Amino acid sequence: MISINHLSKSFSKLDVLKDISVDFTRPGITAVLGPNGSGKTTLIKCLLGMVIPDQGEIQAFGQPVKGQWTYRSQIGYLPQIARFPDNLRVKELIAMIKDIRGTAADEAPLIEAFGLETYLDKKLGHLSGGTKQKVNLLLALLYDTPVIIMDEPTAGLDPVALIRLKDIIQQEKKRGKVILITTHIISLVEEIADEVVFLLEGRIHFRGTPEQLRMQYAGANLEEAIANLLLNENQAAAVHPKLTQHHNGTVLHKNLKPC
Amino acid sequence: MLKILKYSFYDMMRSRWIYLYFGFFFAFTLSLFLISTDLSKVVVSLMNVILILCPLIATMFGVMYYYNSREFTELLLAQPIARRVIFLGQYIGLALSLSLSLLAGVGIPFALYGIFQSADIWNFFSLLLNGVFLSFIFSGIAFWIALKNDQQKIRGFGLALAVWLFFAVIYDGIFLLLLLSFSDYPLERFALGASMFNPIDLSRITVLLQLDISALMGYTGAVFQQFLGNSTGMLFAFGVLTLWLLLPLWRIGRIARVKDF
Repeated sequence: MISINHLSKSFSKLDVLKDISVDFTRPGITAVLGPNGSGKTTLIKCLLGMVIPDQGEIQAFGQPVKGQWTYRSQIGYLPQIARFPDNLRVKELIAMIKDIRGTAADEAPLIEAFGLETYLDKKLGHLSGGTKQKVNLLLALLYDTPVIIMDEPTAGLDPVALIRLKDIIQQEKKRGKVILITTHIISLVEEIADEVVFLLEGRIHFRGTPEQLRMQYAGANLEEAIANLLLNENQAAAVHPKLTQHHNGTVLHKNLKPC
Repeated sequence: MLKILKYSFYDMMRSRWIYLYFGFFFAFTLSLFLISTDLSKVVVSLMNVILILCPLIATMFGVMYYYNSREFTELLLAQPIARRVIFLGQYIGLALSLSLSLLAGVGIPFALYGIFQSADIWNFFSLLLNGVFLSFIFSGIAFWIALKNDQQKIRGFGLALAVWLFFAVIYDGIFLLLLLSFSDYPLERFALGASMFNPIDLSRITVLLQLDISALMGYTGAVFQQFLGNSTGMLFAFGVLTLWLLLPLWRIGRIARVKDF
């Protein structure tokens, strides 16, 4: 459904994405992981046309996305920071998004799932960070889109909402949707992800199942494997800065022990 | 675009600042009427306040509104809407609510004091029309500056205020210095041309000419009267103001097309 070919993007002198080629076509949950500043959010924003690539092409549903906007009706997007106009009420915001999209949607099940009934008449400026995130999630999941992209969906959520969110994600997966998630919560990745794409310094460093990642980087669990990956990469960069830039990582690290 | 405009307008109309702005004009106009009930005098007194304050408030609101709705704009950008439509909708919603505050704040006291039965009605309309033009022009310039500097709030605020200061004060200072330095030469055409490059000056001149007090401006005033005093001249002046309005609109459209969010 989405394919990315030789995508590069830099901000001023900082190369954020370097010649990335990847496709997200199989239904299931893909976790896009990477340390801070590795280019996860930029990659997602490129998919949505919010960041304009310097080089490369992105195709969504068989069409190049450059200069297009109608394809976004097929994508549900959860931004990283949930901030809305302070003067609008929750139900007005929902009505507004429905009005802007111009198609009907049923928000009632999501309102119930996230316990937002009592907040519908409250102004968004008066909501707590966690409640705003629930509204953010509601808007992202409101439409029945074949692709769902979530940037840090668990930020600020209470345990009840987190369980509900995981249930919803699993339900959407069963319905054959392509779901992309970026997160720093590794337990969430272990629990729900079918595939991991690991970004490091703007390149795809690893792509495979969580189990493959754990095995390749010799960790007792996924968290340890990722820590090994990052530590090894840092050590290798200190010894051979140029080498690591052009290496896909696997040979360099295979003899290194877990920490 | 109408949908974005509608919500941006609603959002602004719920802000307490917009009512404060309305309240200021309402109270100020009423207090002028308490001093004098001569409609023409009140129009002249209001003129300078509107010509300085409308651009200043529009500038401040323009930058503030852009920065405050930055994250929400990101949410809109992920919706199936063209970028140009989002920014133009937001800008027009903002400028429209500012203009309505001005129209209601000044208009209600004038209506109470019988402007619609008075011969001064055209002076009044000319003043309000210029106020609306200035609100649109300066909120557009501010929106353009904020869009260009969207990661640097302080720089955005500073630049927008500097633009207002330049057109409201500095431009006139330079203009006067040039007129004084070259007073031995015929400067009428220069003065006429130079006033076109400052929307505040252009508005001031059109209001003064409408009030028929251009004699206050001396010989240059006579040239202005000759050129701008007839309907063609007035149309020309409003045409130039429209160009001033289109400039930020064009820039907002251009930047919105290529910008990363």
